[in-house]
Amino acid sequence: MADALIIGEAAGGAPASAALECIAAARSLGVERVHALLTGPAAAAAAPGAIAGGADAVYTAADAEELDAQLDAAQAAAAQSGARYVLGAKTLAGRDVMPRLAFRLGTALASDCSSVALDGEGRLIATRPVYGGAAEAAVACLGDPAVASLRPKSVDPLPPDASRSGETTPLAFEANVRTRTLERVEEAGEGVRMENARVVVSGGRGLGGPEPFENELRELADMLGGAVGASRAACDAGWVPAGYQVGLTGKTVTPDLYVAVGISGASQHMAGCGNAKTLVAINKDAGANIFKEARFGVAGDWRKVLPAFIEQLHELMG
Amino acid sequence: MPLHIVVTAKQTLDPETPLSAFQIVDNAVSTVGNMPPVINGYDEQAVEAALRIKEASGGEARVTVLSCGTDFALDVIKKPLAMGADELVLLQDAAFDNAIDPTLTVAALAAAIRKLGSVDLVISGRQASDWDNAQVPLGVAEALGWPVATIGRKVEILDGSVRVERVLPDGHEVVEAPLPAVVTVSNELGQARYPNMRGIMAARRVQPTVWSAADLGVEAGRPAFELLSLAKPERAARTEMIEGDSEEEAGRKLALRLREERIL
Repeated sequence: MADALIIGEAAGGAPASAALECIAAARSLGVERVHALLTGPAAAAAAPGAIAGGADAVYTAADAEELDAQLDAAQAAAAQSGARYVLGAKTLAGRDVMPRLAFRLGTALASDCSSVALDGEGRLIATRPVYGGAAEAAVACLGDPAVASLRPKSVDPLPPDASRSGETTPLAFEANVRTRTLERVEEAGEGVRMENARVVVSGGRGLGGPEPFENELRELADMLGGAVGASRAACDAGWVPAGYQVGLTGKTVTPDLYVAVGISGASQHMAGCGNAKTLVAINKDAGANIFKEARFGVAGDWRKVLPAFIEQLHELMG
Repeated sequence: MPLHIVVTAKQTLDPETPLSAFQIVDNAVSTVGNMPPVINGYDEQAVEAALRIKEASGGEARVTVLSCGTDFALDVIKKPLAMGADELVLLQDAAFDNAIDPTLTVAALAAAIRKLGSVDLVISGRQASDWDNAQVPLGVAEALGWPVATIGRKVEILDGSVRVERVLPDGHEVVEAPLPAVVTVSNELGQARYPNMRGIMAARRVQPTVWSAADLGVEAGRPAFELLSLAKPERAARTEMIEGDSEEEAGRKLALRLREERIL
């Protein structure tokens, strides 16, 4: 039987949720042991969380903060674990670390997978959206190890089991950092963080300018305790900051309710919101692709539909 | 020595292709009516980033565009020249038919960069709008042993190093790496310039250099993947369109329906 290794980060004393998702995916393969690498200053404190979440052995790399160092740590963990399968998440760091790791291990990365499984020969079968979600590909990974990255929130973490045990080892590795971070600047958005929001209200090209984001969309989001998002077109037009972008190259959100206003529903956008529990679309163009994806749709001018919708909600919710 | 910048550019299916014109036959993607390909949008931004550096250096830089593929629509792939790039090298070979496995593309690009010699900086788009692998530039960096900085919105050359402003989900960070290095850029860099008539005319006269796999000394090795299936995902078409006598009424009915379904 083979082992799996997951590459993850620790944040605030716990494994990042993406790391726990990878552990769950690795467990679902039915491998013998799941090794987990946790990077970042909180790695040691987060180790028990990774074990409770399904890991059998944890390597910690507290000083692996720069991407180059995370990569060197991942390479060392791959060698030490002898894992047949290496999984990571397509997080900000994972976007850089996982492809480079795959090349260093003599293969390429199955990137941005929505699910992974083993076939009868023990090959890792990765399913992934391609062409911005317009098609779905299933590939067998032929590398040894097989290396794949998971799209965040495509697998649920396991319920934590505090009775599980496992060893935690500080990882010995040599970091060769060449790309150095000089400064990091937070450009704070308003209100609730989109990634955790139960409701996301997004606007697109059809809104025609920045004002509706500040007015109608913000009002609706605030009323529902949600966050405001946007399509790439709205961000590129400069109506809202880049951090608002939902989609393949923006954020992936999985709210209970996603309201898309004036968004055509290009596959690049759907890649970021397609897993919302309920999708509601308001768009002037009755033929827009978004109506093929939505649970509820209103074909009409948002300037008329949205204020009436908000007013009715106010009444309903007191 | 003037700075030598290589930009990688991929010819790809137009991502604006409507879903109705998008087809999959025998595990291969094509468009109904053979819509013309485009240069991957992020790669146009890579050309833009290189041209901005060239301008900032007072023209003391050379920009070479590399493109790897099986065959090219010349008027499409010459667009970077029309924008202002100096040279175009096509890495063209029947073996370079690899959407699914980036390994050979990485080897070909790395070999071409070595063959060009004295390259200071490689700029690529953050990912290609077909398989969205986002790994060829990272592979090129690993193959060459060069540092890398991804998802840039601003790229500047300082004395012997490159400084990149990277896009983060909630802000940005500034990183610096010694040259030679590989950088990828994102749409936040801003709109790539349109070619002007003079550029288009000049580009028409340029004959691109063509290098085959044999010229580069690369060959297909062990593949990283086997494609098992490629299909349009199943969609549950169960959209409930809400109508009313007026658009306002439809909006009110939408709120009532969401409440009825206990969604709100």
